[in-house]
Amino acid sequence: MKLAFVLNGKPVELDIEPQETLAEVLRNRCHLTGLKISCEVQVCGSCTTLVDDLPVSACTYLAYEARGRRVTTIEGLSEGQPLHPIQQAFLDEFAFQCGFCTPGMILMAKALLLENPNPTDFDLVAYTDGNLCRCTGYRPILKAIRRAASLMREPEAARP
Amino acid sequence: MSRKKPGEFQVVNHSVAREDGVAKVTGRAVYASDIRLEGMAYAKLLRSPFAHARILSIDASEALRQPGVIAVLHGNNLQGIDPYYGHAVKDHPLLAIGKVRFLGEPVAAVVAEDERSAYEALESVRVEYEELPGVLEVDAALADGAPLVHETSYAGGSFRGFDDPGSMKASNICQEVHLEWGDVAAAFAQAAQVVEGVYYFPMAYAYAMEAYVSIADYNDSGLTVYSSAQHPFIVRHDLAGVFGLFLNRVRVVVPFVGGGYGSKSYTKIEPLTAACSWKAKRPVKLQLSVAEAMLTTRNDDARVRIRTAVDREGRLVAREATIHLNTGAYAENSPLVARKAANRIVGPYRIPNVKVDCCAIYTNTVPASSFRGFGATQVTFPGESQMDELAEKLSCHPVEFRRKNLAARGESIHPGLRPLDADLAGDIAMVVQALETDKPLSKGHGRAVACSASDAGSDPVTSTIVHVYADGSVSVMTGSTELGQGSHTVLRQIAAEEMGVELQKVRVIGPDTAVTPFERSTGASRTTTLMGRAVLEACQEAIVQLRDMAAEILKTAPENLILERSGVAFQDRRLSWQDVLRTFFGLSDCSIIGRAYLRKVGDLALLPVFWEIGCTGVEIAVDAETGRICLERLVTVGDVGLAIHPAMVEGQDLGAATMGLGIGLYEELLYEGQQLLNGNLLDYRVPRFSDLAPKIDLLLVQNQDGRGPYGAKGGGEGSLNPIPACLANALYQATGVRLRRLPLTPERVWRALREQRNKGDNVGH
Ligand code: FES
Ligand code: FES
Repeated sequence: MKLAFVLNGKPVELDIEPQETLAEVLRNRCHLTGLKISCEVQVCGSCTTLVDDLPVSACTYLAYEARGRRVTTIEGLSEGQPLHPIQQAFLDEFAFQCGFCTPGMILMAKALLLENPNPTDFDLVAYTDGNLCRCTGYRPILKAIRRAASLMREPEAARP
Repeated sequence: MSRKKPGEFQVVNHSVAREDGVAKVTGRAVYASDIRLEGMAYAKLLRSPFAHARILSIDASEALRQPGVIAVLHGNNLQGIDPYYGHAVKDHPLLAIGKVRFLGEPVAAVVAEDERSAYEALESVRVEYEELPGVLEVDAALADGAPLVHETSYAGGSFRGFDDPGSMKASNICQEVHLEWGDVAAAFAQAAQVVEGVYYFPMAYAYAMEAYVSIADYNDSGLTVYSSAQHPFIVRHDLAGVFGLFLNRVRVVVPFVGGGYGSKSYTKIEPLTAACSWKAKRPVKLQLSVAEAMLTTRNDDARVRIRTAVDREGRLVAREATIHLNTGAYAENSPLVARKAANRIVGPYRIPNVKVDCCAIYTNTVPASSFRGFGATQVTFPGESQMDELAEKLSCHPVEFRRKNLAARGESIHPGLRPLDADLAGDIAMVVQALETDKPLSKGHGRAVACSASDAGSDPVTSTIVHVYADGSVSVMTGSTELGQGSHTVLRQIAAEEMGVELQKVRVIGPDTAVTPFERSTGASRTTTLMGRAVLEACQEAIVQLRDMAAEILKTAPENLILERSGVAFQDRRLSWQDVLRTFFGLSDCSIIGRAYLRKVGDLALLPVFWEIGCTGVEIAVDAETGRICLERLVTVGDVGLAIHPAMVEGQDLGAATMGLGIGLYEELLYEGQQLLNGNLLDYRVPRFSDLAPKIDLLLVQNQDGRGPYGAKGGGEGSLNPIPACLANALYQATGVRLRRLPLTPERVWRALREQRNKGDNVGH
């Protein structure tokens, strides 16, 4: 079947099988391998992808559900800039080790900050709890999201 | 040359940008699962539905007729290769041959044009089994007349990593290890106080978020494998054995790895993937799911019977332990885990009389192998629990009691091994201070401090090449894998520091066994210490060559030159390395090679390479209504000699401690009969954001007392090992309940609290 959607700002039209997940379509057909698959049961968040700016678990989200919508992957996050402020904050805070959870974490953080540019620590943990990271022990990721929030609120003031 | 101290380094000892940073935050980092080769086919595995069964027949003819199917491999059609591998014991067939030994063991592999076709054809492979009685836990495996997991004994592998001979009897004992000094019986007879107990450390899954994956291309020029392996050179060894190839015909490439924590040590699915390619005459990819990874490797769960004695002055006089490791169906690295568990149960203490019997035991369960901590986690839980139990009997503060018994730097804790190369009393003092143990505790709260010492570094055989180019750039060729621990950043820093160039000019070329020189392994916290030192020595070797070239250019003797940062000076002239290379060769773009190899000689003759220290403190809150334990405070100490990259050392410590928290509180693989009950991430609970302690102190100790570069030594496992004991000891302090079985799940804690209340009620009546 045909599937048309907007992928990282560009309209795309693909032939897909009805049972294909968004993760399969993006990784295998669009070669966007920044999307990472781990648990495959909607627990870990490594496959987090934004559909109309909302985070979905692409491992279990049927690609067909994305028809006509805007899909953002890690490859499209910075919109032509070298790095999005969230990516910069992840670098600055060493908020990754193996990096396998990182694309999903960053997209989750993007959705969070779109919805709530000024999250409290409680908001942060409540929102992020569905993304797992086995390497970092989480604290650097929280620091990075806080840092990104301030970078995005006051892009100039927050720069050193 | 006097050694630089913190504050004197240009690049090292600074938290510089990570080498892999931009690639990882942009999604451009390539992992093995992202690689596709031209003409690549896909394999899927049929797994055994029984824990122990004879394979009566396999019929793949119908599967072969399915659309897209290229080949089907099974135990009866592997003629032409040697299907057994194993670096410690060569007991592991790449697909079950003759019988299956655990539920989930791969029985057949279907290779097809795409993953779905391969998957769909699996159900057309007909296998007839005859179920056999199995042994699902250690006691059953050790019982008289127990069914045997392996009827034959196997040859030892070439990378056992220790000297203990293998078990040559046909029994379920995979490996026995014995450790003894002093006279334990006499010491216990004269002891003032003795504690004794049986402790159980659970079966756990490392959950590297990237599941095992490999891609193999077997063709006329040899075998190339891309894999998520931690130890590419040992994988190469096993592959060369399976296919009868020379080492130079086996190329193992490891791109970025999505987490390892020991679980990607040694050989996993590479021989099977390679056999698929050999049969299908196509490149083949085998990507496991997380649920399949859970059927591939786990840690050795351990039952430890242990007793410890002190004299009237509160000095440890004896420790005796029997450790039973449940090793599962194949040896993998469990023989070495057994050796390490025995060594590490002594802890960082001075104990004059010790006797340990450790046994790795085959059962019909998922094979166990390396897991961060590596035996230390399993035995530090009982060892450090007993330290608190003894302190209470002596009415001594547990920290005081430890202090009294800690070995000092330079003191031997283990006859025949390197004396302790750390100041643990100093480490503990820092934890105590950060934890504010002098402050009163709220009701339902408990605090504890615990420590461990692990003989770390593995076999110190490591080599590297450093290319120095005429444009001032430098490349480091390393066989160490970047698992996220940051090894490539650290090696880059060391090369930049030594060659006197900016960090950006140094490139690190990661493991490719056809290109990068031999490195035994990436594990046992060895990379900074050994590969880091090799990079430093290779840079120094290059500098000696550059100095000699400069001397020739300046027409003087090399001794007359003054070595400066990134060049030499002679009278009023200064030549940078770039000038030297350009002038010497008379061409731009030339390069020279600095080399280094380390082996077990000189100051590395004595093992371990270093003692990896664990020293942690926790404060917990226990909810008496639900039994739930919350971590309120965490303190770790990274006693790493010198932190080449302080932020990454802290990151390793927090990551390791968080893994300890998982195993301490929630993580356990559960079997019901032959079936793994919670073999997926829905049911196997790992730590989340909400488990993070509100207050965390990650401390660094930089005494420059290691044998690595600038006195560095490894980290990354230490802060895991004492955490479960910390949690159990803090639970005792908070509630008076002593649990000797992990994890400390709410249910277990709640039941123990209820039992305690009932007992109290009975006493009251
Ligand atoms: S892979 Fe989709 S949530 Fe884990
Ligand atoms: S960085 Fe490895 S899982 Fe998060």
